Amino acid sequence: MTEPQITLYRLQACPYCERVVRTLNRFGLEYQSRYVEPMHSERNVVKRVSGARSVPAIVDRKTGVTMSESANIVEYLEGTYGEGGA
Amino acid sequence: MVDFDVVSLPETDHVAEGDTAPDFTRPLVNPEYWEDRALSDVVDGPTLLVFHPMDGTFQGTYLYNTIDDHGWSDDVDVLGLSISSPYAHKRLLADRGDGVRIFSDPGAGVIEEYGVAHDIDGMTGITESRPAVFLLDGDCTVEYVWVASEHPEFPDAEAIDDAVDHLVD
Repeated sequence: MTEPQITLYRLQACPYCERVVRTLNRFGLEYQSRYVEPMHSERNVVKRVSGARSVPAIVDRKTGVTMSESANIVEYLEGTYGEGGA
Repeated sequence: MVDFDVVSLPETDHVAEGDTAPDFTRPLVNPEYWEDRALSDVVDGPTLLVFHPMDGTFQGTYLYNTIDDHGWSDDVDVLGLSISSPYAHKRLLADRGDGVRIFSDPGAGVIEEYGVAHDIDGMTGITESRPAVFLLDGDCTVEYVWVASEHPEFPDAEAIDDAVDHLVD
């Protein structure tokens, strides 16, 4: 199994996370979902990776980018993988 | 021991020593998160695959106490599997199973494929796992098997110690 380049830290049924998933699917990007708990205090892994406990957060190993906040992530994906992107 | 007969479970055609452990993909839970993982992708050395009844059963609790008491996760990778949800696995791992990761198989598809299913009387619609232990080498070849044949029954921890020592040495 080839590991996808993008890891998405997400919370089940989180609308901001689903928004990012929709964008990933729009660009046909492979990603690995890592689910965390609703309680912020239970999300140390996300804090270690991104500096904040909020989800969604993505790690894109292709570009070396780690990012949280769905609006930022969508903008990043559109800029990087959308029309006119790299 | 009790002075009456305990329930015998029917014979089962389970995965046996010498077989290649059937591959599967299920959410694999660690203390911090869970993600879909394939068994063949996770196994990269001696691995103890422990099927157990739902999280919260005394059988499951005893199995994790045994895993911890014998320090198996210091010697091999220990992977649990039950029908419980990832949320339940995370709660279990907060209390026990140091170094263990647990697959979640709510539909019991993996449990059925390994031949260790057990329909619990009085819990309609729930297919459970029997307690069962499969010791795998790094190629997923089954080196040692124990499957419960009574309800309840616990594995012989010393026999597993020996099998682990034999595989690791």
